[in-house]
Amino acid sequence: MTIDPTTFWIVLPALAIGTYVIRLSFLGVLGDRPLPEGLRRALRYTAVAILPGLVAPAVLWPTATGGQTDPARLAAALVTLAVGIATRSVIGAILAGGVTLYAVLWL
Amino acid sequence: MASSPFVIVVVPFALLFGVVATEAGLNLLQVMLFSFSVFAGASQFAAVQLMQDQAPVLVVLATSLAVNLRMVMYSVAMTPHLGAAPFGTRALMAYFLVDQSFAASQMEFEKRPDQPLADKVAFFFGTVTPIAPMWFISTFAGAVVGEAIPADYALDFAVPITFLAICAPMLRSIPHVVAAAVSIGAALLFAGLPYGTGLLLAAVLAMAAGAGAEVALTKGARQA
Repeated sequence: MTIDPTTFWIVLPALAIGTYVIRLSFLGVLGDRPLPEGLRRALRYTAVAILPGLVAPAVLWPTATGGQTDPARLAAALVTLAVGIATRSVIGAILAGGVTLYAVLWL
Repeated sequence: MASSPFVIVVVPFALLFGVVATEAGLNLLQVMLFSFSVFAGASQFAAVQLMQDQAPVLVVLATSLAVNLRMVMYSVAMTPHLGAAPFGTRALMAYFLVDQSFAASQMEFEKRPDQPLADKVAFFFGTVTPIAPMWFISTFAGAVVGEAIPADYALDFAVPITFLAICAPMLRSIPHVVAAAVSIGAALLFAGLPYGTGLLLAAVLAMAAGAGAEVALTKGARQA
């Protein structure tokens, strides 16, 4: 489905300002003070707590196949993850996943 | 050229964003404004994906901003080194505080903490000088390409692959793996919850699990 223009024009400025405020927080306003250890610990895991959860349903139940688990997409996801862990290369993992996806789709 | 390896990563990443955002129905102006004003790849992909899933505005914002919360750590880490610069300079540096400039600057400042402020500021800007233009140009190129690609090319899977590729190298400790596993498990379990709230719930649980695992491991190490 395509993005609703109203949603877009609300999300864009809010996300831009919010992201800038996050970046400016200590460097610009709060200054040189230590972050409480508990907060620091939680922040360390933000990205890794959100991104896998965001993709998991799309990997197992892709919208493009009407929610049916698709061998090509599943294989592509596993290859991407494996190559990414083994090589630590983001681009290498994307390429490996893309090649796997189209290879299995084509078979 | 401390940031040269990053340039190689930025180009395909921005290209892909341009393509994916265009396929999601955004026009060239919208795509470019996105990359200019937000300037944070992972959250841009997340926002596009969620808006495409018709998630409500608040959920889109909460999730995408949560992806960027890691930058609070970057802001904290840069302050001892760059905090003495004039406010205008700091305000500009904040805009350019991205994964790449943080990683390269942090490495440099730890290696040579005693260099003068002017040198540190110059180094920081030096790390983004090659990155920012490539980010904008490649987004533009991707958007132009996206308008030419037919919608049914399995591009729906570009975002999942990209996110998995970003995450995989992050799985560098047991707590990171625990957080990722909880994130996946909980997101699948709560997939039926309305308006994408399941993902937010999963993210909170995963963050707590990662932090909890870290505390448990530190305690275990201390007792051993």
